[in-house]
Amino acid sequence: MVDTLVFVVAAVICLVGALGVVLARNPVHSALMLVMTLFGIAVQFVAQEAHFLAAVQVIVYAGAIVVLFLFVIMLLGVDRAQNLEMSFLPVQKWAALLFASGSLAVVVALIVVVGEPVTGVQAMGGTLGGTDDARLLARSLFSDYVYAFELTSLLLVIAVIGAVVLVRKPKQTNPVAAEDGGGS
Amino acid sequence: MEITTGWYLVLGALLFVIGGTGLLIRRNPLVMLMCVELMLNGVNLSFVAFSRTLGDIGGQTVVFFVLVVAAAEVVVGLGLVVAILRRQPGSTADDLSALKG
Repeated sequence: MVDTLVFVVAAVICLVGALGVVLARNPVHSALMLVMTLFGIAVQFVAQEAHFLAAVQVIVYAGAIVVLFLFVIMLLGVDRAQNLEMSFLPVQKWAALLFASGSLAVVVALIVVVGEPVTGVQAMGGTLGGTDDARLLARSLFSDYVYAFELTSLLLVIAVIGAVVLVRKPKQTNPVAAEDGGGS
Repeated sequence: MEITTGWYLVLGALLFVIGGTGLLIRRNPLVMLMCVELMLNGVNLSFVAFSRTLGDIGGQTVVFFVLVVAAAEVVVGLGLVVAILRRQPGSTADDLSALKG
């Protein structure tokens, strides 16, 4: 009973936040609605005994990514960002509606018709649950997925370098000035 | 009423579809990036639901990697948005057709 209540409340929070992200006209409101959705997802993670992922979800998403979004919105100016309101191409609105209804109908029909959607084999290494999910996750991350883990470090370095290169102010490309700078 | 795995999958699908629809109908590049985050979160929820049902920690590990990739994607995407909007203030995704043939 408590499980059902937690699921329903968190699901409503998630969906209201998601609709708010899409429908809010002000990008700041969209970012705040995104925080709401992320907290709802974190609650769902806790309900499924993924405590470590719930903590990481709040810290990384709500603490880093949304703050980055808000930072960029403030950097570019709110009034300038408010000019970018919803504007539809005539065909695009119907294409989006078709995409939404079609994909949703397919997925929900699959889940409802099949009834038992999970058909995989149960893992041999014991059951999840309890409070040691961080230990299991760390063991999996540093044994089975260690190469992927190392590659993510490469990915993060590339992302940092790319971001720095992208937002650097373009240098003055005055050939005379460049020649003077090189000569002195 | 018992909450089975299917309910979590339906919620994940709903989040994914809402994010995808927002990606199609919104023209603000920042909001489009937020919609991508919504889609990733819907998938993450499905991964955790499968992970719990099958008793396999691998699903949670994949969610961990998705978090890292999402962070990198947002950093590069926001860098692009800042670089573009600094040159063309107030432009939307429809205005950025400089590479069109």
